[in-house]
Amino acid sequence: MPDTATRQENYDHLVLNTCVLAGRIMIESGSEMSRVNDTIMRIARNAGLKDAQVYATLTGIIMSGGVKEVGAEVGSIDKRAFDMEKVAKVNELSREYAAKKIDIYQFRDDLVHIDDLVATFPLWLQTLGAGLVSGTLVVVFQNNLPDFWIAFIVGMFGWAVYYFLNIYIQIRFLSEFLAAVVVGALALIAVKNGIGVKADDIIIGGMMPLVPGIPLTNAVRDALSGNLISGPARGIEALISACALGFGVAIALHFF
Amino acid sequence: MSLFIIKCICVYFSGIGFGLIVNLPHRALNVAGITATLSWLVYYAIMNTWGGLGSANFFGGLTIGLVSVVIAHLKKMPSILFDVPGLVPLVPGGQAYNTIKNLALGDYQVAFNYLSEVVWIAGSIALGFIVAELINKIRIKIKYVSRGRSN
Repeated sequence: MPDTATRQENYDHLVLNTCVLAGRIMIESGSEMSRVNDTIMRIARNAGLKDAQVYATLTGIIMSGGVKEVGAEVGSIDKRAFDMEKVAKVNELSREYAAKKIDIYQFRDDLVHIDDLVATFPLWLQTLGAGLVSGTLVVVFQNNLPDFWIAFIVGMFGWAVYYFLNIYIQIRFLSEFLAAVVVGALALIAVKNGIGVKADDIIIGGMMPLVPGIPLTNAVRDALSGNLISGPARGIEALISACALGFGVAIALHFF
Repeated sequence: MSLFIIKCICVYFSGIGFGLIVNLPHRALNVAGITATLSWLVYYAIMNTWGGLGSANFFGGLTIGLVSVVIAHLKKMPSILFDVPGLVPLVPGGQAYNTIKNLALGDYQVAFNYLSEVVWIAGSIALGFIVAELINKIRIKIKYVSRGRSN
């Protein structure tokens, strides 16, 4: 039987582990850093670790419990995607833990199985969403009503290419580049065959689902909240994907 | 006028479409569309009355920031869920595309003009967000102080 000190140590380990896991899921799903820090510190305080310290960046989390027996925990983050429902779910679980509706064991168990708890929209619905963004924004930005449907279809194709390349070839910026090439080529071919009216408008619409809007917003927020590591890092990530999109369109314009 | 109504509907659906891409929770989708429409209406009104590019985008960003914080309180969800889709109709997509296109075609002068417009718009939106965050922080501070006094 473990004595009280060992049991306390095990408990502290578990709390640290849960905190790092929660932070990792939030950063991987595209949350801003101040929210991550806030959530982690709240969990630690509710679990009784008063002197906990956390250092979270875009690529990893370091956390110490502030107690002598337990060391620090490190969690590394290599992939980042956008999944707002996971952010909402971690937030909800942390609230429930604060209200003592679930204990730390249940909390950790839910975090480990978060992929089963959180449903993602099926691919056809995501593709439809991308088409919706493309088609409607052509009307909003360019006042171009006749090109609604062709932009809708081009945007759907662009998103599908991006989605499948992200799954099968894990080179991040290549998928943006090739999706942009496909969008540009399809738009120009459609106009040449008389289906579309203005190629520029269709390309603008088709690119909109791929534009890194969230990373840019998060970059500004992180930098302003004083996180000078994560803000610029996110900015560079957004800049590279914007450049990849731009080169893709430029190549399509040259060859088609 | 009919184009204006069509545009409003389009903005609403663009917010929902972007919500589908970033996997918003189901009960947040409708609100995200409404946030997008509200911010775009503010942008549109200012753009067509007295403002230029800068102030229109500034107030658009400000509206997103304030509305999303209020809705986040009501729905008990993180505010980032609502300001991301709201941003979509304000993003300078057309100008960014024209920058790239003119760079690719070798018209550097024109490209630079568009690029400065992109930077100007993005900066204005970011400034709107900052001011919204500032207002929110002041509100929390006031709440905190007044609660401290009453105890």
